[in-house]
Amino acid sequence: MRSIILGVFLLAAAGLFAQDIPSVNVKSLSGEIVNTNTFANDGKPMIISLWATWCKPCVKELDAYNDYYADWVDETGVKVFAISTDDSRSSSRVAPYVNARGWEIPVYLDENSDFKRAMNVANVPHTFLLDGKGKVVWQHTSYVEGDEEELYEKLLELSK
Amino acid sequence: MKIISFIAVILCVPLMLSAQKDERPVGRLTGNFNLEAWYYFKDSVIGTEVPPEKTLMNSYANFRYDYGQFTAGIRYEGYLNTLQGFDRANDGAGIPYRYLNYKNDQVEFTVGNFYDQFGNGLILRAWEDKNIDYDNAFEGVQVKFNPANGVYLKGLYGKQRTYFELGEGIVRGIDGEINLNELFDTLSVSKSRIVLGGSFVSKFQKDENIQYNLPENVAAFAGRLSFQHGLFLLKGEYAHKINDPSADNNLIFKDGDALLVNASWSIGSFGGILGAKWVDNMSFRSDYRAVDKNLQINYLPSITQNHAYSLIAMYPYATQLTGEAGVQGELFYRLKRKTPLGGKYGTLISVGYSRINDIERKTEGLANDTLGYETDFLSVSDQLLYDDFNVKIERKFSRKFKAILMGQYLSYNKKYIEGKGGMVYAKAGVLDLSYKIKPRHTLKLEQQILVTEQDRGDWYSAMIEYTVSPHWFFSVMNQYNYGNSDKNMRVNYYTLSMGYNKSGNRIQLNFGKQREGVVCVGGVCRQVPSAYGAYLTLTSTF
Repeated sequence: MRSIILGVFLLAAAGLFAQDIPSVNVKSLSGEIVNTNTFANDGKPMIISLWATWCKPCVKELDAYNDYYADWVDETGVKVFAISTDDSRSSSRVAPYVNARGWEIPVYLDENSDFKRAMNVANVPHTFLLDGKGKVVWQHTSYVEGDEEELYEKLLELSK
Repeated sequence: MKIISFIAVILCVPLMLSAQKDERPVGRLTGNFNLEAWYYFKDSVIGTEVPPEKTLMNSYANFRYDYGQFTAGIRYEGYLNTLQGFDRANDGAGIPYRYLNYKNDQVEFTVGNFYDQFGNGLILRAWEDKNIDYDNAFEGVQVKFNPANGVYLKGLYGKQRTYFELGEGIVRGIDGEINLNELFDTLSVSKSRIVLGGSFVSKFQKDENIQYNLPENVAAFAGRLSFQHGLFLLKGEYAHKINDPSADNNLIFKDGDALLVNASWSIGSFGGILGAKWVDNMSFRSDYRAVDKNLQINYLPSITQNHAYSLIAMYPYATQLTGEAGVQGELFYRLKRKTPLGGKYGTLISVGYSRINDIERKTEGLANDTLGYETDFLSVSDQLLYDDFNVKIERKFSRKFKAILMGQYLSYNKKYIEGKGGMVYAKAGVLDLSYKIKPRHTLKLEQQILVTEQDRGDWYSAMIEYTVSPHWFFSVMNQYNYGNSDKNMRVNYYTLSMGYNKSGNRIQLNFGKQREGVVCVGGVCRQVPSAYGAYLTLTSTF
């Protein structure tokens, strides 16, 4: 029995390919329901970062991305999707919080953590880098200062 | 074992199909693994005990398989035995969460376990957070239907999870949401956006109470509206629950009500929120006998701020399900960069205030009445439960140096909320400095102080953290309860930690004493119980 299960898992793992973004409904800051499988960037890389307003390292991470965002877009055409996991306790905080901080990255709400679960994320922050086909090529859990440099290197490798 | 073979077959079939036809979608298996294991030490001063097992462990792993429009998933959970601070009812191991799902552009079906939320959750929210030992997943069926652009309908039947069992009550619910701008083409480009929604939930539990004639079916309904114009947003939801005698309300037959209103707006670098909430007798569970976190059908979001610094979050507030009236406001303002006040990189200022009082209950002439009490809608009593005023300033001084300064004034009605002690009045402050020594090497010094005449008295906390991106972190933290009126209790709660990160994997080792509360170390925040020992955490996403 055990070997069958293992075999199945290995087979399935070998099939890892193509669109890695599951189909989950999140909300845009203007209230529209958006399916995450429509996240696309014309064949250019994408960054998906899960965060929350109450999470210090998450905010630091997105502050850092925002500082470099204009440069990254110029050099690699990347698009960042910041998915807030704030629940109905703090989700109405997200829009004014983001605007006051001057973030220019698109932000979505995942109020009941459906997208977080679908991406198998245990704790925020958790960041995924996807290639132009929507395949996850790199990921990172937690954030410390300087992590954006590793992400930038991976981004450059991808854009070569 | 039956479940595992079932899942294996489900995984096998599409794989075999995909092997035959190249145009079939390709299957994808993903998941995660999490483990936290403690080895305990005894500390008679702070009252930690070594369990007979010496070491305890909580773990879980998710496996998710996507194949075109199908998804299947399981979560294995093992509590061998349950960590201190989590409910021992978790003890054991098994697969309490498994589901099969089909989804296309119009419909979605889930059978097995699922989570869901109607509106803000006032009458229904199934969710999980392993860090706070919460999981009220449904087991049953769920259908979502999208008949027209902007129209979203969903319905469910299910029993709720309680540890490795299911509660005996059955929950039925429907929810509908209409986005007027998506539904009507003429409104699609309007700057004003309107979303309307409504939901109905009913629970059934057989009445086996000998003493009382309890209602077997209890209904609740809610309506909501969201209006947005540019960067201004106004959201409101009202919920009503029919008579629902339970352990929470001492078996009274009174109806319940809840109202939640939130407004937010942004103008330039200015942002603000205002919120108000009123709750009366709105605990709603699928078993009338359940207490604590168990078998809750709904979620009443707290409208107090969720603080990340441990001493600022020393006295956190949780919604009083039986009744409360609260308001909240928060302002964010960014002083522009390259201005005299804003400095070279800009400065952020946030000011927050929240206050919760009890509601006014009238019991005159109702001593033997099954309604228990009467209350006027939106009544507020003089009884203060919680208030929090705080100011936070964040400033980046150079590419290398950043600082956060925060101050808080707090009142916490410990007697009402925890059933012991009295009113606690505290002042707290934070100075959080971070300095980049060289590229990727950062040193952080976080100091906090909390001053109070009540409860456990004054605290001082310091943390030094050294991080080397992208892999390593090391930290030393100490929280000193220097102002405790009992000199023997002037304890140092120290923790040494180190961790290593690589791609989706993280390993962390810690040693020390933990005071209960929210702890953020090396980039991850979580809720922890008080304990003394050495522990290991592993997290992996694959």
